[in-house]
Amino acid sequence: MSKFRKKGGKELPPISTASLPDIVFMLLFFFMVSTTMREVTLNVKVKLPEATELSKLEKKSLVSYIYVGEPLPQYQKVFGKAPRIQLNDQFADVSDVRDYITAEREARSEDEQPFMITSLKVDENTKMGIVSAIKQELRKAAALHINYSSRKKIQR
Amino acid sequence: MSRKVPEIPSASLADIAFMLLIFFLVTTTMDVDSGLERRLPQWVDQDQIDDNTQIKERNIFVVLVNTNNDLLVEGEPFRIEDLREKTKEFMANPNNDVTLPEKELKEVPYFGEVEVTKGVISLQNALDTKYGTYIAVQNELVGAINDLREELAKSKFGKSYEQLDEDHQKAIREIYPSKISEAEPKKVD
Repeated sequence: MSKFRKKGGKELPPISTASLPDIVFMLLFFFMVSTTMREVTLNVKVKLPEATELSKLEKKSLVSYIYVGEPLPQYQKVFGKAPRIQLNDQFADVSDVRDYITAEREARSEDEQPFMITSLKVDENTKMGIVSAIKQELRKAAALHINYSSRKKIQR
Repeated sequence: MSRKVPEIPSASLADIAFMLLIFFLVTTTMDVDSGLERRLPQWVDQDQIDDNTQIKERNIFVVLVNTNNDLLVEGEPFRIEDLREKTKEFMANPNNDVTLPEKELKEVPYFGEVEVTKGVISLQNALDTKYGTYIAVQNELVGAINDLREELAKSKFGKSYEQLDEDHQKAIREIYPSKISEAEPKKVD
Protein backbone atom coordinates (compact mmCIF):
# COMPACT_ATOMS: atom_id res chain seq x y z
CA MET A 1 0.00 0.00 0.00
CA SER A 2 2.74 2.37 0.85
CA LYS A 3 3.91 2.02 -2.66
CA PHE A 4 1.01 4.11 -3.89
CA ARG A 5 1.15 6.79 -1.26
CA LYS A 6 4.66 7.83 -1.94
CA LYS A 7 3.82 10.75 -4.18
CA GLY A 8 0.63 11.69 -2.44
CA GLY A 9 1.89 14.93 -1.02
CA LYS A 10 3.20 16.32 -4.26
CA GLU A 11 1.34 18.55 -6.74
CA LEU A 12 -0.27 17.19 -9.88
CA PRO A 13 2.02 17.45 -12.89
CA PRO A 14 0.69 19.90 -15.54
CA ILE A 15 -0.97 18.34 -18.57
CA SER A 16 1.39 18.37 -21.48
CA THR A 17 0.32 20.75 -24.23
CA ALA A 18 2.89 19.53 -26.69
CA SER A 19 0.24 17.83 -28.82
CA LEU A 20 -2.08 20.84 -28.90
CA PRO A 21 -0.61 22.21 -32.14
CA ASP A 22 -1.08 18.82 -33.77
CA ILE A 23 -4.74 18.73 -32.80
CA VAL A 24 -5.32 22.24 -34.07
CA PHE A 25 -3.50 21.51 -37.31
CA MET A 26 -5.72 18.51 -37.80
CA LEU A 27 -8.79 20.72 -37.43
CA LEU A 28 -7.24 23.26 -39.76
CA PHE A 29 -6.63 20.71 -42.50
CA PHE A 30 -10.15 19.39 -42.11
CA PHE A 31 -11.60 22.83 -42.72
CA MET A 32 -9.20 23.61 -45.53
CA VAL A 33 -10.21 20.49 -47.40
CA SER A 34 -13.94 20.39 -46.76
CA THR A 35 -14.85 24.03 -47.32
CA THR A 36 -14.65 26.46 -50.17
CA MET A 37 -13.84 30.15 -50.19
CA ARG A 38 -16.72 32.59 -50.19
CA GLU A 39 -17.01 34.03 -53.67
CA VAL A 40 -18.61 37.33 -52.90
CA THR A 41 -19.92 39.42 -50.07
CA LEU A 42 -23.64 39.48 -50.41
CA ASN A 43 -25.20 42.90 -50.83
CA VAL A 44 -28.68 41.54 -51.22
CA LYS A 45 -30.84 39.45 -48.98
CA VAL A 46 -31.40 36.04 -50.54
CA LYS A 47 -33.73 33.54 -48.96
CA LEU A 48 -33.75 30.63 -51.35
CA PRO A 49 -36.99 28.85 -52.20
CA GLU A 50 -37.53 25.25 -51.19
CA ALA A 51 -37.55 22.32 -53.57
CA THR A 52 -37.24 18.55 -53.48
CA GLU A 53 -35.89 17.59 -56.90
CA LEU A 54 -32.42 18.97 -56.40
CA SER A 55 -29.24 18.25 -58.24
CA LYS A 56 -25.88 19.28 -56.91
CA LEU A 57 -23.53 21.70 -58.56
CA GLU A 58 -20.40 19.69 -58.71
CA LYS A 59 -17.68 21.72 -60.34
CA LYS A 60 -17.64 24.99 -58.51
CA SER A 61 -15.03 26.46 -60.82
CA LEU A 62 -17.49 26.25 -63.70
CA VAL A 63 -20.31 28.05 -61.96
CA SER A 64 -21.08 31.73 -62.26
CA TYR A 65 -23.52 33.22 -59.82
CA ILE A 66 -26.25 35.77 -60.24
CA TYR A 67 -27.86 37.03 -57.06
CA VAL A 68 -31.22 38.74 -56.98
CA GLY A 69 -32.95 40.11 -53.91
CA GLU A 70 -33.79 43.05 -51.73
CA PRO A 71 -30.68 45.16 -50.94
CA LEU A 72 -29.39 44.85 -47.39
CA PRO A 73 -30.52 47.61 -44.96
CA GLN A 74 -27.29 49.61 -45.28
CA TYR A 75 -27.75 49.91 -49.05
CA GLN A 76 -31.46 50.64 -49.01
CA LYS A 77 -30.93 54.42 -48.75
CA VAL A 78 -29.13 54.44 -52.08
CA PHE A 79 -30.73 51.58 -53.95
CA GLY A 80 -34.21 51.43 -52.47
CA LYS A 81 -36.10 48.36 -51.40
CA ALA A 82 -36.93 46.91 -54.79
CA PRO A 83 -35.10 43.67 -55.63
CA ARG A 84 -31.79 44.22 -57.37
CA ILE A 85 -29.32 42.09 -59.25
CA GLN A 86 -25.87 41.53 -57.83
CA LEU A 87 -23.01 40.40 -60.02
CA ASN A 88 -19.65 39.83 -58.38
CA ASP A 89 -19.56 42.40 -55.59
CA GLN A 90 -21.67 45.09 -57.18
CA PHE A 91 -25.25 45.95 -57.91
CA ALA A 92 -26.02 45.65 -61.58
CA ASP A 93 -28.75 46.06 -64.14
CA VAL A 94 -30.26 43.44 -66.38
CA SER A 95 -28.27 44.83 -69.29
CA ASP A 96 -25.00 44.03 -67.45
CA VAL A 97 -25.78 40.32 -67.31
CA ARG A 98 -24.58 39.66 -70.82
CA ASP A 99 -21.23 41.36 -70.23
CA TYR A 100 -20.86 39.47 -66.98
CA ILE A 101 -21.44 36.13 -68.70
CA THR A 102 -18.97 37.03 -71.43
CA ALA A 103 -16.37 37.99 -68.85
CA GLU A 104 -16.98 34.78 -66.91
CA ARG A 105 -16.61 32.78 -70.08
CA GLU A 106 -13.41 34.54 -70.98
CA ALA A 107 -11.94 33.64 -67.60
CA ARG A 108 -12.33 29.90 -68.27
CA SER A 109 -10.25 27.82 -70.61
CA GLU A 110 -11.76 26.94 -73.93
CA ASP A 111 -12.45 23.28 -73.24
CA GLU A 112 -14.31 24.13 -70.06
CA GLN A 113 -16.59 26.70 -71.62
CA PRO A 114 -19.31 24.33 -72.86
CA PHE A 115 -19.82 22.99 -69.35
CA MET A 116 -20.39 26.29 -67.64
CA ILE A 117 -23.45 26.65 -65.47
CA THR A 118 -25.13 29.80 -64.32
CA SER A 119 -26.58 29.56 -60.86
CA LEU A 120 -29.48 31.86 -60.14
CA LYS A 121 -29.70 32.66 -56.48
CA VAL A 122 -32.96 34.47 -56.27
CA ASP A 123 -34.95 35.44 -53.20
CA GLU A 124 -38.25 33.60 -53.04
CA ASN A 125 -40.26 36.83 -52.74
CA THR A 126 -38.87 38.34 -55.93
CA LYS A 127 -41.27 38.95 -58.76
CA MET A 128 -40.80 36.88 -61.90
CA GLY A 129 -40.47 39.98 -64.11
CA ILE A 130 -36.85 40.50 -63.19
CA VAL A 131 -36.08 36.78 -63.39
CA SER A 132 -37.63 36.51 -66.85
CA ALA A 133 -35.56 39.45 -68.00
CA ILE A 134 -32.40 37.76 -66.74
CA LYS A 135 -33.39 34.55 -68.46
CA GLN A 136 -33.84 36.37 -71.75
CA GLU A 137 -30.40 37.93 -71.35
CA LEU A 138 -28.89 34.54 -70.59
CA ARG A 139 -30.46 33.14 -73.72
CA LYS A 140 -29.00 35.99 -75.74
CA ALA A 141 -25.60 35.30 -74.18
CA ALA A 142 -26.05 31.59 -75.01
CA ALA A 143 -25.59 30.60 -71.36
CA LEU A 144 -28.36 28.05 -71.55
CA HIS A 145 -27.45 25.73 -68.73
CA ILE A 146 -28.87 27.21 -65.57
CA ASN A 147 -29.57 26.13 -62.06
CA TYR A 148 -32.30 27.62 -59.89
CA SER A 149 -30.58 27.47 -56.57
CA SER A 150 -32.85 26.20 -53.84
CA ARG A 151 -32.85 24.62 -50.43
CA LYS A 152 -33.70 21.06 -49.64
CA LYS A 153 -37.26 20.76 -48.46
CA ILE A 154 -37.80 18.50 -45.52
CA GLN A 155 -41.05 16.75 -46.10
CA ARG A 156 -43.42 14.18 -44.71
CA MET B 1 31.71 24.20 -28.27
CA SER B 2 30.23 21.81 -25.86
CA ARG B 3 27.07 23.88 -25.53
CA LYS B 4 24.01 22.68 -27.40
CA VAL B 5 22.03 24.86 -29.75
CA PRO B 6 19.02 25.94 -27.69
CA GLU B 7 15.70 24.48 -28.85
CA ILE B 8 13.22 26.77 -30.58
CA PRO B 9 10.26 27.16 -28.27
CA SER B 10 7.17 25.60 -29.78
CA ALA B 11 4.71 26.93 -27.24
CA SER B 12 3.31 29.48 -29.69
CA LEU B 13 2.83 26.97 -32.48
CA ALA B 14 -0.66 26.24 -31.22
CA ASP B 15 -1.55 29.92 -31.30
CA ILE B 16 -0.36 30.25 -34.87
CA ALA B 17 -2.35 27.22 -35.89
CA PHE B 18 -5.41 28.58 -34.12
CA MET B 19 -5.10 31.83 -35.98
CA LEU B 20 -4.97 30.02 -39.31
CA LEU B 21 -7.90 27.87 -38.28
CA ILE B 22 -10.02 30.87 -37.39
CA PHE B 23 -9.10 32.55 -40.67
CA PHE B 24 -10.36 29.55 -42.62
CA LEU B 25 -13.49 29.27 -40.50
CA VAL B 26 -14.41 32.85 -41.29
CA THR B 27 -13.56 33.03 -44.98
CA THR B 28 -14.95 29.74 -46.21
CA THR B 29 -18.37 28.22 -46.50
CA MET B 30 -19.35 24.63 -46.27
CA ASP B 31 -22.72 24.69 -48.01
CA VAL B 32 -23.11 22.54 -51.09
CA ASP B 33 -24.89 24.38 -53.81
CA SER B 34 -27.86 22.56 -55.13
CA GLY B 35 -30.87 23.51 -57.15
CA LEU B 36 -33.19 22.73 -60.01
CA GLU B 37 -31.18 22.21 -63.13
CA ARG B 38 -32.77 23.45 -66.32
CA ARG B 39 -31.79 24.24 -69.86
CA LEU B 40 -33.01 27.37 -71.55
CA PRO B 41 -34.00 27.28 -75.20
CA GLN B 42 -31.71 28.78 -77.78
CA TRP B 43 -32.24 32.45 -78.47
CA VAL B 44 -34.13 33.05 -81.67
CA ASP B 45 -34.60 36.44 -83.23
CA GLN B 46 -38.20 37.58 -83.44
CA ASP B 47 -38.26 37.65 -87.23
CA GLN B 48 -36.68 34.25 -87.57
CA ILE B 49 -39.23 32.31 -85.58
CA ASP B 50 -40.17 29.32 -87.60
CA ASP B 51 -43.92 28.92 -87.93
CA ASN B 52 -43.62 25.35 -89.08
CA THR B 53 -42.89 24.06 -85.62
CA GLN B 54 -46.48 23.91 -84.55
CA ILE B 55 -47.58 21.78 -81.68
CA LYS B 56 -51.00 20.21 -81.48
CA GLU B 57 -53.28 21.25 -78.67
CA ARG B 58 -53.45 17.74 -77.18
CA ASN B 59 -49.68 17.51 -77.03
CA ILE B 60 -49.24 20.58 -74.94
CA PHE B 61 -49.72 20.86 -71.21
CA VAL B 62 -50.22 24.47 -70.30
CA VAL B 63 -49.46 25.56 -66.77
CA LEU B 64 -50.22 29.19 -66.06
CA VAL B 65 -49.24 30.94 -62.86
CA ASN B 66 -50.92 34.30 -62.38
CA THR B 67 -50.22 37.40 -60.34
CA ASN B 68 -51.92 35.97 -57.25
CA ASN B 69 -49.78 32.83 -57.49
CA ASP B 70 -52.78 30.76 -58.54
CA LEU B 71 -52.44 27.92 -60.99
CA LEU B 72 -54.38 27.30 -64.14
CA VAL B 73 -53.64 23.90 -65.61
CA GLU B 74 -55.16 23.08 -69.00
CA GLY B 75 -57.83 25.72 -68.40
CA GLU B 76 -58.78 24.63 -64.90
CA PRO B 77 -57.78 26.07 -61.55
CA PHE B 78 -55.45 23.71 -59.76
CA ARG B 79 -53.59 23.26 -56.52
CA ILE B 80 -49.82 22.76 -56.51
CA GLU B 81 -50.20 19.57 -54.50
CA ASP B 82 -52.23 17.93 -57.29
CA LEU B 83 -49.99 19.07 -60.10
CA ARG B 84 -47.53 16.18 -59.93
CA GLU B 85 -50.19 13.49 -60.47
CA LYS B 86 -51.73 15.41 -63.34
CA THR B 87 -48.35 15.89 -65.01
CA LYS B 88 -47.49 12.24 -64.67
CA GLU B 89 -50.80 11.29 -66.23
CA PHE B 90 -50.11 13.67 -69.09
CA MET B 91 -46.58 12.47 -69.77
CA ALA B 92 -47.30 8.75 -69.42
CA ASN B 93 -50.79 8.63 -70.94
CA PRO B 94 -51.24 5.00 -69.85
CA ASN B 95 -54.66 4.44 -71.47
CA ASN B 96 -53.89 6.19 -74.75
CA ASP B 97 -56.54 8.78 -74.08
CA VAL B 98 -57.30 10.93 -77.13
CA THR B 99 -57.18 14.14 -75.12
CA LEU B 100 -53.70 13.31 -73.83
CA PRO B 101 -50.59 13.53 -76.00
CA GLU B 102 -49.84 11.35 -78.97
CA LYS B 103 -47.06 8.83 -78.95
CA GLU B 104 -44.60 7.87 -81.61
CA LEU B 105 -42.65 4.67 -82.04
CA LYS B 106 -38.98 5.10 -81.42
CA GLU B 107 -36.01 2.82 -81.28
CA VAL B 108 -34.43 3.05 -77.86
CA PRO B 109 -31.43 0.93 -76.78
CA TYR B 110 -32.24 -1.75 -74.16
CA PHE B 111 -35.97 -1.27 -74.73
CA GLY B 112 -36.33 -1.93 -78.45
CA GLU B 113 -39.18 -0.12 -80.10
CA VAL B 114 -41.24 1.81 -77.63
CA GLU B 115 -43.87 4.48 -77.68
CA VAL B 116 -42.48 7.82 -76.70
CA THR B 117 -44.78 10.64 -75.79
CA LYS B 118 -44.84 13.79 -77.86
CA GLY B 119 -46.08 15.85 -74.95
CA VAL B 120 -44.55 19.18 -74.09
CA ILE B 121 -45.09 21.04 -70.86
CA SER B 122 -45.42 24.76 -71.24
CA LEU B 123 -44.94 26.82 -68.13
CA GLN B 124 -46.07 30.41 -68.37
CA ASN B 125 -46.10 33.03 -65.70
CA ALA B 126 -47.20 36.59 -65.09
CA LEU B 127 -44.63 39.29 -64.46
CA ASP B 128 -45.78 39.64 -60.86
CA THR B 129 -45.69 35.97 -60.01
CA LYS B 130 -43.64 35.23 -56.95
CA TYR B 131 -40.39 33.42 -57.68
CA GLY B 132 -41.04 31.01 -54.80
CA THR B 133 -44.28 29.83 -56.39
CA TYR B 134 -42.65 29.53 -59.77
CA ILE B 135 -39.96 27.29 -58.33
CA ALA B 136 -42.55 25.23 -56.46
CA VAL B 137 -44.36 24.62 -59.75
CA GLN B 138 -41.12 23.84 -61.59
CA ASN B 139 -40.24 21.46 -58.81
CA GLU B 140 -43.50 19.55 -59.23
CA LEU B 141 -43.04 19.33 -63.00
CA VAL B 142 -39.46 18.11 -62.72
CA GLY B 143 -40.56 15.81 -59.90
CA ALA B 144 -43.27 14.25 -62.05
CA ILE B 145 -40.76 13.39 -64.77
CA ASN B 146 -38.27 12.10 -62.22
CA ASP B 147 -40.99 9.90 -60.72
CA LEU B 148 -41.83 8.41 -64.10
CA ARG B 149 -38.16 7.71 -64.81
CA GLU B 150 -37.79 6.14 -61.40
CA GLU B 151 -40.78 3.85 -61.96
CA LEU B 152 -39.48 2.77 -65.35
CA ALA B 153 -36.01 2.13 -63.96
CA LYS B 154 -37.47 0.02 -61.16
CA SER B 155 -39.64 -2.08 -63.47
CA LYS B 156 -37.08 -2.55 -66.23
CA PHE B 157 -33.75 -2.80 -64.42
CA GLY B 158 -34.93 -3.37 -60.87
CA LYS B 159 -32.74 -0.56 -59.65
CA SER B 160 -33.20 3.06 -58.74
CA TYR B 161 -32.59 5.53 -61.59
CA GLU B 162 -29.75 7.09 -59.65
CA GLN B 163 -27.89 3.79 -59.45
CA LEU B 164 -28.11 2.93 -63.13
CA ASP B 165 -25.25 3.18 -65.61
CA GLU B 166 -24.97 6.21 -67.81
CA ASP B 167 -26.23 4.26 -70.85
CA HIS B 168 -29.31 2.97 -69.07
CA GLN B 169 -30.09 6.41 -67.74
CA LYS B 170 -29.78 7.81 -71.22
CA ALA B 171 -32.24 5.27 -72.58
CA ILE B 172 -34.75 6.14 -69.88
CA ARG B 173 -34.24 9.82 -70.53
CA GLU B 174 -35.14 9.19 -74.15
CA ILE B 175 -38.42 7.59 -73.19
CA TYR B 176 -39.33 10.29 -70.71
CA PRO B 177 -37.64 13.43 -71.98
CA SER B 178 -37.70 16.48 -69.77
CA LYS B 179 -39.57 18.74 -72.12
CA ILE B 180 -40.48 21.72 -70.03
CA SER B 181 -40.69 24.83 -72.08
CA GLU B 182 -40.19 28.09 -70.28
CA ALA B 183 -40.69 30.27 -73.30
CA GLU B 184 -44.07 30.39 -74.93
CA PRO B 185 -44.31 27.91 -77.75
CA LYS B 186 -47.01 28.47 -80.34
CA LYS B 187 -50.08 26.41 -79.96
CA VAL B 188 -52.32 25.56 -82.83
CA ASP B 189 -55.17 23.15 -83.09
